[in-house]
Amino acid sequence: MVAVHSLRRRSVIPGFGLTLGITLSYLGLIVIIPLCVLFLEASDAGLAKFWTEVTAPRTLAAFRVSFGTAAFAAFINAVFGLIVAWVLVRYDFPGRRLVDSLIDLPFALPTSVAGISLASLYAVNGWLGGPLTAAGIKVAFTPLGILVALVFVGLPFVVRTIEPVLLDFDRELEESAAMLGASRGSILLRVVFPPILPALMTGFTLAFARAIGEYGSVIFIAGNVPRYSEIVPLLIVIKLEQFDYAGATVVASLMLMVSFVLLLAINLLQAWTRRRQGG
Amino acid sequence: MAEPLPANDLVAGPPLRPVASPLPLTESFATRLTLILIASTFLVVFLILPLVVVFAEAFRQGVMTYLAALTEPAALAAIRLTVITALIVVPLNAMFGLAAAWAITKFEFPAKNLLITLIDLPFSVSPVIGGMVFVLLFGLQGLFGPWLGAHGVSIVFAVPGIIIATLFVTLPFVARELIPLMQKQGTEQEEAALILGAGGWQTLLRVTLPNIKWGLLYGILLCNGRAIGEFGAVSVVSGHIIGLTNTMPLHVEVLYNDYAFASAFAVASLLTLMALATLALKTWLEWRASPHASRARP
Repeated sequence: MVAVHSLRRRSVIPGFGLTLGITLSYLGLIVIIPLCVLFLEASDAGLAKFWTEVTAPRTLAAFRVSFGTAAFAAFINAVFGLIVAWVLVRYDFPGRRLVDSLIDLPFALPTSVAGISLASLYAVNGWLGGPLTAAGIKVAFTPLGILVALVFVGLPFVVRTIEPVLLDFDRELEESAAMLGASRGSILLRVVFPPILPALMTGFTLAFARAIGEYGSVIFIAGNVPRYSEIVPLLIVIKLEQFDYAGATVVASLMLMVSFVLLLAINLLQAWTRRRQGG
Repeated sequence: MAEPLPANDLVAGPPLRPVASPLPLTESFATRLTLILIASTFLVVFLILPLVVVFAEAFRQGVMTYLAALTEPAALAAIRLTVITALIVVPLNAMFGLAAAWAITKFEFPAKNLLITLIDLPFSVSPVIGGMVFVLLFGLQGLFGPWLGAHGVSIVFAVPGIIIATLFVTLPFVARELIPLMQKQGTEQEEAALILGAGGWQTLLRVTLPNIKWGLLYGILLCNGRAIGEFGAVSVVSGHIIGLTNTMPLHVEVLYNDYAFASAFAVASLLTLMALATLALKTWLEWRASPHASRARP
């Protein structure tokens, strides 16, 4: 049996050295060291190279497309996710349980499957693409197509972060407000909405973070025209395929920094949500 | 924001439903109906139609084409590689998750929250970057590329690269299910078992594992689903060599780009069935693990 070397507090439970050792070495080998190598390679490229890569029109355009569509998709998901979560928690209708378990489909469905399915749905002769084209709206091979794919992948985040808060919500608060003469609209706005807000913002940020990095479901429907409908992850892949490793690492390290900032934001928002729920 | 309009039953007289109290504790019937309609339209467009179209396209050219697409050698090789990858990745990440959860929840040590954040990191990183870091490490121009080349070992554009990239992407699943669960359960039961003379492994197998089995299964299920379906990370390291380094999601891409739409959707339909089975099992496990979860309050 492995000896217990108590780093902090003595405990009768064995296995501290073994499990922490496994955790740190496995995590280090698979996640930490590889990500450090990315930053190392990026700094190898030098500041001048970094600047020319980042300010290249194609890179700037890709970042604009990625951030714009991701933010818009997260916003759509925030609005409709709130409605969906509300309907699923508060109302009873046939098939509610089934719908509730289907919400996670975008998590479970491989992204390439989602990608080809959306591409065929919104193609010029597709089920939705046909009528939309007739109405003069082109979805496939435009930034609108990227938006559709990102709404799909981000859909569960808002619903799943709001649902537990709504379930936990103390309905006596609503009753008190009603007793005191508040109208339904003002109860929703002033009693129900404020406690949901942190969860809503967490869901928005989670959907946004996911949308920025999304690749598989986007590339089939986007058309991938440089400076028009090309997203950052695809630009990285293209640079790698052209063996432009320096260019790819520069763009990727910038993406990674954005992800870290978003991760920090998500952690802070979640702490806020917990405080709201606890207090 | 789509806030429902006030439905002031208090002043408006008889409620729309005779059972409802006169207090405005829910929205008016019209508002409820509208919200349900908005929600279902949104879900039909963004969830149901993409799901249905997979099967419609898969069977467009008949059952024979469908079966032929699934039994051709390239498809079978893709299925085999996907199964092998999942069989290697899922047990490794399950063991990591168990070890990490044990270290984090049974002991106190500094920088624990940082460790938890680092474990979650692969979820915040674009899958493309998850694959790319291994190209930088093991690719021909990579850090260890020349050394690996001299020793005749290929990782990138070969099966090991696919496995490592999948390990990266699915690393957090089991750990993040087990950590909150084991945190809530505390250490008393393990301490009691150990004080009564049980060994460490015996405590793990007979006290801890029975307590966490549903959470562990839940994590394994999600990890498996992602390991089978991962596309971005694997796509970067695979090289798309048909019959050798094509997993099922990559095979779907290759077929689709070759305009073999019916075949692409046939393979996609298998992956969709896997996703639906995952969702069904997940719902069952959620129900199994906590039948009264919403009611139970500590």
